[in-house]
Amino acid sequence: MGSEAMPSKGATSASRLTPHASPWRWLPVWQRNFMVWRKLAGPSILGNLADPLLYMLGLGYGLGQFLGEVQGVPYLTFLAAGTLAYSVMNSASFETLYSAFSRMHVQKTWDAILNTPLTLNDVLLGELIWATSKSLLSGLAILLVIWVLGLYADFGLTLWLLPVIVLTGLTFSGLGLMVNAVAPNYDFFLYYFTLVITPMVLLSGVFYPTEALPAWLGALADLLPLTHAIGLARPLVLGQWPEAPLLHALVLLAYAAAGFLAGLALTRRRLLR
Amino acid sequence: MSPLILKGLTKRYGATPVVDDLSLEIAAGRCHGLLGPNGAGKTTTLRLALGLIEADAGEIRLLGHRLPREAAAARQRVGVVPQADSLDPDFSVRENLLAYGRYFGLSRRETEARIPALLEFAGLSNKAEAKVPTLSGGMKRRLTLARSLINDPELIILDEPTTGLDPQARHLFWQCLRRLIQQGKTLLLTTHFMDEAERLCDRISIIDHGRIIAEDSPRALIERHIEPHVVEVFGEGLADWVGCGRSLCQRCEQAGETLFCYTDEPTAVTEAIDRQGGLRYLHRPANLEDVFLKLTGRDLRE
Repeated sequence: MGSEAMPSKGATSASRLTPHASPWRWLPVWQRNFMVWRKLAGPSILGNLADPLLYMLGLGYGLGQFLGEVQGVPYLTFLAAGTLAYSVMNSASFETLYSAFSRMHVQKTWDAILNTPLTLNDVLLGELIWATSKSLLSGLAILLVIWVLGLYADFGLTLWLLPVIVLTGLTFSGLGLMVNAVAPNYDFFLYYFTLVITPMVLLSGVFYPTEALPAWLGALADLLPLTHAIGLARPLVLGQWPEAPLLHALVLLAYAAAGFLAGLALTRRRLLR
Repeated sequence: MSPLILKGLTKRYGATPVVDDLSLEIAAGRCHGLLGPNGAGKTTTLRLALGLIEADAGEIRLLGHRLPREAAAARQRVGVVPQADSLDPDFSVRENLLAYGRYFGLSRRETEARIPALLEFAGLSNKAEAKVPTLSGGMKRRLTLARSLINDPELIILDEPTTGLDPQARHLFWQCLRRLIQQGKTLLLTTHFMDEAERLCDRISIIDHGRIIAEDSPRALIERHIEPHVVEVFGEGLADWVGCGRSLCQRCEQAGETLFCYTDEPTAVTEAIDRQGGLRYLHRPANLEDVFLKLTGRDLRE
């Protein structure tokens, strides 16, 4: 180690720094996660994409033979929109629970970032957008299958599924960050999946129309975010414009915002007090 | 102007003050040590100084910025070596630096231009592509130090940077810190290794129960608080000799089976020990650890 080996940078650094009020302050956090993802993309893609596809095709073809048509379309077509929303939800949830928890709690990645000019707002916004990006990928994979297998009535309408995927991803990323903020360990997430996600999947019309539910359960289902994601996605696949699209979108946005803001406040209490 | 000024800083958790009306001013271009037992408030003081947590009372000026309001701008020019390992285990050495540069708004090109010198500085030039889990503890610490320099900081804050390292790795780490001091960087260092503080720091604040209880250069602290010689006496028949020891030196402290004799006249003490027979002793110059134990007590902080 020669004494001249130290970087002599001095004046060069100050001028080119991220402006403190820039709307892109979250981007380095996103880029960091992307860099890791690129290295581990193989198993990640398999887990996030292949699993829902197998379910959709297995149930769609297998169970579909016994069911015949559901809501006037083959069961596989009916199932496609549910799988799309379900897959996006799962992907966003896993990323903001298990993966974000390991960055926050195990690897102390967030602590390291908080020692730089970035703040907790930047970190969580980066994580929110990252998890949404990953869930977009999951949604796109299902959408691709919908296109390839021709499980749609009107191609133009299926393009509207893109914003639906993003909105659904945002919703479950926001909610996931809230749950992550209060998790003492990985086991805690099992409660969320078993007590929240799984009942929601069964109630919100992934596998069968919510009309099949008793009235009181149907009313409960109307409160769940996944119901609203499917309320947007299913008509778009079946070639109709959704009923009350604004209402669905607003409910999803409200869940996303409430989850994210609660997650921010709870994480601040956890890490910065 | 001082890179870091803390004035009347107080931070309470519940009713307990962890930092209690603490004031501190560190000199530019020097290494300032923050010494204290576990739970004395060292890490909380650093977190306050970085604007990561808000004080209940007091003022903080970091590189001229008022905290916590201007914390992000201030941290742009600060490097931090945290206590816990926070390197990215999925990244190589080089990728760790690349990702960290982005948090300061550095472009990939700028960061890449800085990496070779930083690796050279940290003795990691041949490890650029190595994954973090394959590095030794010392290498990880030096990489964390290199990472803290990615933004060419004026002030580097280190929280117990050599805890858990073997002597070779500690000495290598100290060499790195000395070079930073030579280059005119300001260092703020917490440690509970007295030899580390004595070797590196120009000035030391001893902190306990959230307050600074002594502050000076290491030598001045020793001269002011402790007699120049220490004779540690132990072995068969110590109990009978304690009275004799107490009569011979300015101050005595018994800790378990050892009597610490602090004195200006060590010869009188060692001669008395030799006359007694059966006792053994270690005669050494007083050091910072003696000051520390005198000021913060010998009780365990657990």
